[in-house]
Amino acid sequence: MRWMWIDQITTFEANRRMVAVKNVSLAEEHLHQHFAAGPDGPACPVMPMSLMIEGMAQTAGVLVGSVNRFREKVILAKVNDARIDREVIPGQTIRYDATIERMDAAGASTMGVIDVLDHRTGSWQRIGEISLMFSHIDANRSGLQFPEHNFVFSDNFRLILEQSGLGSLAD
Amino acid sequence: MALTSDEIFKKVQGVLVDALGVDEGDVTPDAVLTTDLGAESIDFLDITFRLDKAFTTPDRPFKIGQGELFPENLMANPDLVKDGKFTDAGMALLKEKMPHVNFAAFDIDRRVESVSELFTVKSLCDFVARKLGH
Repeated sequence: MRWMWIDQITTFEANRRMVAVKNVSLAEEHLHQHFAAGPDGPACPVMPMSLMIEGMAQTAGVLVGSVNRFREKVILAKVNDARIDREVIPGQTIRYDATIERMDAAGASTMGVIDVLDHRTGSWQRIGEISLMFSHIDANRSGLQFPEHNFVFSDNFRLILEQSGLGSLAD
Repeated sequence: MALTSDEIFKKVQGVLVDALGVDEGDVTPDAVLTTDLGAESIDFLDITFRLDKAFTTPDRPFKIGQGELFPENLMANPDLVKDGKFTDAGMALLKEKMPHVNFAAFDIDRRVESVSELFTVKSLCDFVARKLGH
C-alpha cells in the first residue's frame, strides 16, 4: 500500500491549481522515531521535512495527472528547490498549495507553498516553498518502456479524489 | 530591442546555474551539458522550461516546442539508427533539426551514446539567438 501524505483535497482549479491538507497526529508511528527520547534529551515528535516534500509532490502530482485525466504516468523527477522554515508538530494541519507553472507532453514544473494551521490560534502561517519537476515517463527521452497499466495513480489516490468530492476526475 | 550575444549568454548561464546547481564559472561556452555540467535527462526538460521563462517578455512570448531543442524518439527508428550508430539519414535529420549544434566531431563518431555530448552552452545560446531571429 502506498503511503499517502495528504488527507484531503480542499481546492481544485482545473489545469492550474490544487490545495490539499494533512493533519499531523501523534498516533502516526513514524513521529515516535522522529525524534525519540535519547541521551541528548526528551522525545521531540515533529513532521519530517522530507515527508512534507512528498506531501507537496503528491498534491502537485495529482494536479498534473488530472490534466490528462490520469492517463499519463506522472513521476516526480526533480526537486528543483525546497525551503521549509519551521517544524510542524502533532495537532497542527499542513496545507499544500500547488500550481502548474509549465506543462507539455514530456512533463511539468510546479510551484507550491506550504502553510501550517495552529489550532490554538486558528491562524495559518506560511512556512515554506517547494518547486518540483514531473516527468510523463512514457514520453521519456531514452525510449524506455514501462508497464501499460497506470501504477502511479493507485486506488489510494482515487480514494482521496472520491472523498474530496472529485471522483469524477478519475472516471 | 534585440539582445546581444553577451546578454543571451548571461541569461543562459543563469538558467544553467539554477537548473543544474553549478557555479557560474563552470558555465563556459564550450562546457558540455552532460559531461561537464552533470545534466541528466530530466534536466533537459527543466532547462527548456527555464529558457521559456528567461526569454519571454511582455510583448514577446518565447516558447520552445517539444523536441525543438532536443530531438526525441529518434533512437527506435531503424532507418535513423543502426548498430548503435546514426545512419546517413539519421545524421541528415539531426542536422536539419539542430542547426544550432556543431556536428563536426560527431559526424565521425555517430554513436548514439555520444549524442548527449553535442549539447554545449554555446549550442544553447545559438539556439536561443536563432529562435529570437538574430
